[in-house]
Amino acid sequence: METLQTTLLIIGGGPGGYVAAIRAGQLGIATTLIEGEQLGGTCLNIGCIPSKALIHAAEAFHQTCHYAGKSPLGIQVDAPRIDLTQTVRWKDGIVRRLTQGVAALLKKNGVTVIKGWARVVDGKTVEVQPANAAAAQRIVCEHLLLATGSSEVTLPGLPFGGRVISSTQALSPTTLPKRMVVVGAGYIGLELGIVYRKLGAEVTVVEALERILPIYDEELVKPVAASLRKLGVQVLLGCKVRGLNAAGDAVQLSNASGEISELPADQVLVAIGRAPRSQGFGLESLLLDMNGRAVKIDDQCKTSMRNVWAIGDVTGEPMLAHRAMAQGELVAEIIAGKRRRFAPAAIAAVCFTDPEIVVAGQMPQQAALAGLDCIQASFPFAANGRAMTLEAGDGFVRVVARRDNHRIVGWQAVGIGVSELSTAFSHSLEMGACLEDVAATIHAHPTLGEAVQEAALRALGHALHI
Amino acid sequence: MGIHTIKMPDIGEGIAEVELVAWYVKVGDLVAEDQILADVMTDKATVEIPSPVAGKVLLLGGAVGQVMAVGSDLIQIEVEGTGKSSPHAPRIASSLPPEGADPAWGGPAPDRSSAPATVVEPTATVAAPPPAQREAAAATGVATVHARASGDKPIASPAVRRRAWDLGIELQFVAGTGMAGRITQQDLDAYAGRAGQATSATQADQRYTQRSAEESIPVIGLRRKIAQKMQEAKRRIPHFTYVEEIDVTELEALRTRLNAKYGTQRPRLTLMPFLVRAVVLAVREFPQVNARYDDEGAVVTRYAAVHLGVATQTDGGLMVPVLRHAETRDLWACAAEVLRLSEAARAGKVTREELTGSTITITSLGALGGIVSTPVINHPEVAIVGVNRMVERPMIRNGAVVARQMMNLSSSFDHRVVDGMHGAEFVQLLRGYLECPATLFVE
Repeated sequence: METLQTTLLIIGGGPGGYVAAIRAGQLGIATTLIEGEQLGGTCLNIGCIPSKALIHAAEAFHQTCHYAGKSPLGIQVDAPRIDLTQTVRWKDGIVRRLTQGVAALLKKNGVTVIKGWARVVDGKTVEVQPANAAAAQRIVCEHLLLATGSSEVTLPGLPFGGRVISSTQALSPTTLPKRMVVVGAGYIGLELGIVYRKLGAEVTVVEALERILPIYDEELVKPVAASLRKLGVQVLLGCKVRGLNAAGDAVQLSNASGEISELPADQVLVAIGRAPRSQGFGLESLLLDMNGRAVKIDDQCKTSMRNVWAIGDVTGEPMLAHRAMAQGELVAEIIAGKRRRFAPAAIAAVCFTDPEIVVAGQMPQQAALAGLDCIQASFPFAANGRAMTLEAGDGFVRVVARRDNHRIVGWQAVGIGVSELSTAFSHSLEMGACLEDVAATIHAHPTLGEAVQEAALRALGHALHI
Repeated sequence: MGIHTIKMPDIGEGIAEVELVAWYVKVGDLVAEDQILADVMTDKATVEIPSPVAGKVLLLGGAVGQVMAVGSDLIQIEVEGTGKSSPHAPRIASSLPPEGADPAWGGPAPDRSSAPATVVEPTATVAAPPPAQREAAAATGVATVHARASGDKPIASPAVRRRAWDLGIELQFVAGTGMAGRITQQDLDAYAGRAGQATSATQADQRYTQRSAEESIPVIGLRRKIAQKMQEAKRRIPHFTYVEEIDVTELEALRTRLNAKYGTQRPRLTLMPFLVRAVVLAVREFPQVNARYDDEGAVVTRYAAVHLGVATQTDGGLMVPVLRHAETRDLWACAAEVLRLSEAARAGKVTREELTGSTITITSLGALGGIVSTPVINHPEVAIVGVNRMVERPMIRNGAVVARQMMNLSSSFDHRVVDGMHGAEFVQLLRGYLECPATLFVE
């Protein structure tokens, strides 16, 4: 067996792994990256990017259909149709451009990329069967970086196959199902459920808990729930999925009181979450300290074994690409001898439902649990001129700040296009801004961002436009 | 606006002067009622001085390390209303007494000769600044320095955080002058500048770099007390030290057995309670070692009670809390009290009473005990028993080499009042008790 030597060996070419590789390459560290499927990982291939492409296409189509009715804007179109094959081709084009871009960046920075599935032999040795070579290779490294990501959680009684699909398949539809059942009212289920509804399917979302998007507070979720009603997405809360019926054309549900019912479905999308990918490639043999299925790491992304590092989804929640990227950069810099720590003030999270939800830092109830005495204030988009011109009057921006020194500890927003506000939110939190800082910053008019300033002003007791 | 003057309070009976060991406020600070202003130290105990009023600090009556007379002006605070105490404005500056007694101070002159040289000249720190300067100090002090509550995470921008890591600086130690205590690049510069140039060459091989830094550490507070006590003991007392080895095999067997038997219900026994008991019994035959010698009055006071000083290492330095009436305590009562005292001493919660009045002292460094030590007598006592390391050694018993647990006792005596013969006999008696532990309990 051929044996290769490298300083840094990265397993997984997702946002965590490829960023670590690029940064390591910049710092002159000999780096090898092993990827079993496509560079870019879940994010670029079957996650963030393709879902946002479909969300955009579905929204454009939905708007056009909306105009075909009676548009207050005066736009007139005849019955619009959508060529789903072309939509998917367009989406695939974006994904291809981005993954090729990643490959080019890795090459430019001198990273060796091996396509194949890795198997961990020990903390410094990995075997890989390259896709394009007959013989397996053995790679010996000084530093091993685990960036293996996560995979979809399956529901017992509802294995993938046939009508039951995962989010991966849902992102490449060939035909539109007439009736779709989405299991799970988390952000993945709702984002895709709304896409399919806007494309024309009848969508029912089934959730075992008593509410949608359970990690957010009621107030934040309310505009999304209203939007689901308006779009005609049926939501069944407090219902457990037992499996398909005998004929295989309906989902069997049981509600809180144990009554069993059937829900006809041409397609069933299971979106109940993702689990760290920490098994099946020899990682168990290292006997690393774990947090359940997640690899346990410290604030430098060190595992319990010296020079074995882990970043991104395989280390557990929050499973966010931007967290993995920051960790990847950090590990490369530490290996290069710099002193770094993973100590962000906040990691913003965005839910691309319609309307969007963005949270950064602490929500009011989290701040209260942390023992902080906080003030909070929100500013509604109904009072924001720009929101009105975008037909986006629903939602609000909310700020949470300490009562004693007015330092901002959290931002939340719900509304159309608020994902872009995450930049301002993260920035103010990382800079340790106080309410006065944001309130005294001139925000361009007319923009949705004015609501950010107004929320801060309102927390100080002198909002201008409400 | 009035001026409230707080005088150095009388902390313990019969104490004429106390040492100022820490200021928690500075001129210009706003203080709240009950906020701790300063720490002062008497013989051994440290006491916090809270503010009885809310207001702005105008003057500090002394520098850290200064020994101040009870009743002297400690601090002046500007308050709403008319104020209290001596409102005759900057009295402190003008009333700093010349060398020698000044009746206005209500006690002996402050011991300025023993103040460390690095401390700023006291008159400079207490002199009232000109009004303009005072206002400026107040303005900067109040408007820009926001103390972080302990436990609060330091707040700094990502760039500041990264630079701090590069410099190897922990941000929690850097004072923040920004809004809400935010740490700025300037704060980091200031901190790094204070820390010296050592941090700048972090990448280079530091093993052989030339080091020329000097650090002046004022010997104040507890360290000064320790220094004074040690100096006093060594200057006054002609020590003689006597070392004897003790076979503690049987004692260890007994101790292990007692711990196994009562391990869960009673405090764990160390060697200490046994040694305490042996000392209690031995001093009955040698009362001259359980005594205090007033060499100026030429009187030795022998005590029926055994108040045992237990030398204890704390973060601040050596302390000797006192195990009172050791003769009344059985093994476990003794163990519990020794544990309580040492924990109190380490936590800084030990009272003045618990630190005074010992009649004989035991010192033990445990596993660090070494082979021989020369303990310094806790003046005005006349004897101290030092425990050395216990180790298994080959010994000859009945012509055969056997492994025995051996331990040395190094004891020092005041040769002025304890003769060598008696010191030796005292230690031999201790040895008898410890080598045959049953005799500790049979009288």
